Amino acid sequence: MAEKVLVDARNLVKTFKASKGEVQAVTDVSLKIYRGETLSLVGESGCGKSTLGRLLIRLIELNSGSIQFDGTELTTLKKKELRDFRRKMQLIFQDPYASLDPRFTIEKCISEPLRAAGYSAQQQHEAVLELAEKTGINPEHLGRYPHQFSGGQRQRVGIARAIALHPELIVCDEPVSALDVSIQAQTLNLLHELQEELQLTYLFISHDLGVVRYISDRVCVMFLGRVCEIGTTSEIYEHPRHPYTNYLLRATPQIGKKAIGKEQLLSGEIPSPINPPSGCRFRTRCPYATERCAQEVPQLTGEESHQVACHYPRKFETEGDAQR
Amino acid sequence: MYSKKKKYVTKAATSHGQDIWRNFRANRLALAAAVVLLLIIIMALACELFIDYDTQVVGMDPRARLQGPSAEHWFGTDSAGRDLFARVLYGTRYSLIFGIGCTFFSMLLGCLLGATAAYYGGVYDAILMRVLDALMCIPYMLLLLMIVAVMGRGIYPMILAITIASVPGYTRIVRSVVLSVAQQDFIEAARSCGSTDRYIVLHHILPNAVGPIIVDAMMSIASTIMSAAGLSYIGMGIQPPTPEWGNMLSDAMKYMRTNPSMAIFPGVALVITALCFNLVGDGMADAIDPRRRK
Repeated sequence: MAEKVLVDARNLVKTFKASKGEVQAVTDVSLKIYRGETLSLVGESGCGKSTLGRLLIRLIELNSGSIQFDGTELTTLKKKELRDFRRKMQLIFQDPYASLDPRFTIEKCISEPLRAAGYSAQQQHEAVLELAEKTGINPEHLGRYPHQFSGGQRQRVGIARAIALHPELIVCDEPVSALDVSIQAQTLNLLHELQEELQLTYLFISHDLGVVRYISDRVCVMFLGRVCEIGTTSEIYEHPRHPYTNYLLRATPQIGKKAIGKEQLLSGEIPSPINPPSGCRFRTRCPYATERCAQEVPQLTGEESHQVACHYPRKFETEGDAQR
Repeated sequence: MYSKKKKYVTKAATSHGQDIWRNFRANRLALAAAVVLLLIIIMALACELFIDYDTQVVGMDPRARLQGPSAEHWFGTDSAGRDLFARVLYGTRYSLIFGIGCTFFSMLLGCLLGATAAYYGGVYDAILMRVLDALMCIPYMLLLLMIVAVMGRGIYPMILAITIASVPGYTRIVRSVVLSVAQQDFIEAARSCGSTDRYIVLHHILPNAVGPIIVDAMMSIASTIMSAAGLSYIGMGIQPPTPEWGNMLSDAMKYMRTNPSMAIFPGVALVITALCFNLVGDGMADAIDPRRRK
């Protein structure tokens, strides 16, 4: 892992207005992304993963906080400056169908960022051919429309768009969860190859723990807008310390393992993000919660390689890992 | 993998227009309707070439009244001995003017209001929408009658009335189409790769919104023609002796039993024209949206 910090985000807050009040999508999140690494964001639906990913590249405006991107403060950039800065940070979408304009040919789709960056038509065409080759798109198909492509091919187009301007950071918002399993592997491998070739940094948003384990250097676990635990992949998977991480890992079905017992299942529903629990947000579902958890918000503590936000971090056995 | 030096000729990309045309062509029914529609329009534009209205209709022979179809009078004659074929033919003009003209004007206004409402949102959007909601509470025909009653009868008041009465519907459609396009992922994708607002509006939102709007306009031409004929039928629109299908039908009422051809021909002309616009609109809807194909 390279040591240089690419993104340094501090105290990010984002709330959305809802009919019943405010939804705290991201509450006081601080994290660093190192150059050249793959940091994964995991957590269940609605925990603010995608929101955080879009906040970090300022695709949505944050309420407060600061983001240093390679030494530049993102939050104070003006509209025009931000647009020019966008070439350094790109986004790969979850739904490769909805994220391509149905009226654009594949070539036009891929060249859109190039056009925005001021390439001439000739330069655009050359770059598109090169990108098609890099991402495994048949150049003869460049004149087709997205609806004539399969999901995997479309996602390649999304990737080609994202790498077109040689960005430093790519936020991958569940890039493979809409794809077939066989295509998932191909796409992940493509992402991995491109990372090595172009020295890319990925922020990989996913709820698929298997995929995350395969692709990430570090993992960040989120629950209801807050970071629970962040650390290297092996630390998180083999020595989870936050009860929530433990439950997440246990919830993954594994071949050769008996179905988990009832007592090991997490009960209850996710608390409402409009009116989240005081203190630790996980406490209403946590079997180890005490009075202190309701009063104090646990802060991330521990060494850089493994930080946990829990008043009572513990060591969980991960029996599934013995087999690996 | 492909070697870098090799030159690739990308297959000649069919433009979007060609693509739409190819798909429209595949729909036989819509194509037939389009051909008929084209014929109708040509006949309406060039009816002087076929028939001299002054000799056939104005210079009528009252003795030859209420005749059935014959070689001399293809559609027969009406109660005043006027040639029905000539009147139906000239009536096409009025119906097309109302259908296309009113739809064009109300669509223009609707686009302006709907797009700005979607773009600016907020208070402007809320107030505009409530005003239009209030307008839409009044039944369409009643609203037409009210406006005609205030403005007086004739072609221009009628165009104005139909336009005003149709604007609320179009505004809502345009607004919702623009909003739904603007919320698509590919708009965010365009933003995230650094495209300007101008480019996004002109190249992403507009082309994606225009299709559904044109299709809707096409379909509503049919209903506009119908309501124009309806107004004339009840005597609130075009006044006799102008050959408008609605008031021809109204004339025909008294002779329905003895001489039904007086009602049949304008009626059939009305139905065919409206049906053709509908079918063409439907075919366009399928052709224009790549996702609706196959």
